[in-house]
Amino acid sequence: MAASETPGTEVVLEGLTRHYGTVHALDGLDLRIEPGEMVALLGPSGCGKTTALRILAGLETTDSGRVWVGGKDITEVPANKRDMGMVFQAYSLFPHMTVLDNVAFGLKMRGVGAHERANRAAEVLDLVGLGTQRARYAHQLSGGQQQRVALARALAIEPQVLLLDEPLSALDAKVRAQLREEIRRVQLEVGRTTVFVTHDQEEALAIADRVGVMSSGKLEQIATPEELYNAPRTQFVAEFVGLTNRIDAISDGATAQILGNTVPLLEGSVGRGPGVALVRPEALVLTPDPAGNATVVSHSFLGSLSRVVCVFDGGRPVTAQSPSAASTGLVPGTRVAVTVAPAPVLVVPA
Amino acid sequence: MRPSTSWRAMRAGLLALFAVFFLLPLYAMLDFGTRDFAGGRTGQSWANLVQDPDLTAAIITSLLLALFTVLVMLLLLLPTMVWVRLRIPKAKRLIEFLCLLPLTIPALVIVVGMRNVYTWVNYLISDSVLTLTFVYVVLVLPYAYRSIDAALSGLDVVTLAEAARSLGAGWITVIVRIVVPNIWSGILSAAFISVALVLGEFTIASLTNYENLQVVINFLGKSDARTSVTASLAALIFAFTLLMGLSFVGRTRGREGK
Repeated sequence: MAASETPGTEVVLEGLTRHYGTVHALDGLDLRIEPGEMVALLGPSGCGKTTALRILAGLETTDSGRVWVGGKDITEVPANKRDMGMVFQAYSLFPHMTVLDNVAFGLKMRGVGAHERANRAAEVLDLVGLGTQRARYAHQLSGGQQQRVALARALAIEPQVLLLDEPLSALDAKVRAQLREEIRRVQLEVGRTTVFVTHDQEEALAIADRVGVMSSGKLEQIATPEELYNAPRTQFVAEFVGLTNRIDAISDGATAQILGNTVPLLEGSVGRGPGVALVRPEALVLTPDPAGNATVVSHSFLGSLSRVVCVFDGGRPVTAQSPSAASTGLVPGTRVAVTVAPAPVLVVPA
Repeated sequence: MRPSTSWRAMRAGLLALFAVFFLLPLYAMLDFGTRDFAGGRTGQSWANLVQDPDLTAAIITSLLLALFTVLVMLLLLLPTMVWVRLRIPKAKRLIEFLCLLPLTIPALVIVVGMRNVYTWVNYLISDSVLTLTFVYVVLVLPYAYRSIDAALSGLDVVTLAEAARSLGAGWITVIVRIVVPNIWSGILSAAFISVALVLGEFTIASLTNYENLQVVINFLGKSDARTSVTASLAALIFAFTLLMGLSFVGRTRGREGK
């Protein structure tokens, strides 16, 4: 199961469209996933991310467009011939089978002998840390364990592509964080090309090599988590991924004047003229100053970081975030001067 | 402790009352069937069940009808219901309506309506009594539908089927290896209720001049009342045992599922 023995496969989605009545679930989606890469599709409900995954799995049909896996056009290939392992949002273990039989099911469908499939299923169960639970039934497992078995079941068939459809959304926060680390560990270990659909940006940013942000059936931007956060290309991406403040700005085409500071512009910003800068909370600098331009209204301690909300004299609120040690004096009522760090920002039309 | 004791006493009393209500007629049948009019007891009427050729033939006919009805019903209903749930959920209402329709139509109307169809059935297939299977399948649809539907509702059929498909299972494998084992109690329940219904069916067989168990029992009642009553009792006990078995199976399956 080493990555070198089973290198991942390239996946290409080309101009996928899918309509449900008048709703455009997918509107010409193009996506290229490199072999062995883990791509998260992130977006709000109804953005088309699950539809894209289901089309890739063969569980939905596409109105137009093609699906290529490993250089082969598999658009017309039925789901059971696609060689893809899938983990679903809903618990999907077969209730009448033991954990081991569940994991071995895909191998049985491939005609693998009883002895070999039991060995391989046990091996994959060990990989997800459930080697001791093989004789149990789904109803005897916790939600997190069930999803780990589902992951083992998907991996047991050594699929070309691993598809994860919001596998963590039914779990509580702590299990979710643990399991997402485990999914990443296992994915790196087996080296499969993986598509992970989620609406949780933290989840997407934490485990994916690249994150594709989707809106209205289209890919808004696909980039590494750092690039997506630091250099969003559209207003939707800037506002959907992480927190942003909307602050008036004047652009000269290359830089923008924001709160008296000159800041470089990101690609995709407006040309010359007034606009609104989308500024991350950690890019705002608050300095206590009786002659400042804003007043602190709340201060939330988040552990190593603190979040401070202040209101400009004109009435517009902004949120700043900084290390807790640096913001101890910023109690509600404090007058502060708000300035912007010189990191590049996206300026959109007002 | 007191309310619980009185509650238990009331429960036992009600149970005894219902037992008397149901068992007394059965006892009366047993008593009448084994009474020797010359005095004492005789097992002749029970022996007649296997010795009287007409009665034995009727018992075999009714059992065969029950078997074929269950088979045809399951072959027709099970794939249809699973398919509707998986692929055309919009059609669920229509299927439900069609399956429940026979409940609202009196047997007499069904017979009149069927007469033309059966002319063709007799002409094209056979005029055997076993062709009653077709109309019995229609007759048991409402009960069978309800049983299977209840079992399917307790299962996320769509997700399980998609999981199985993604692992390489074809549609038949999905139905046979994934869906059926998980709705087994519903299937058994549908089958047992169908058997009970077919074994007790008189109206349609009688009106279409076919001889099934109930028709022969009725006929026998005029010449040999004891054997007729014994055959009725045997049929009742058979159906009763099936239904008891059903509730037992349902209970153990329910425990497994939790």
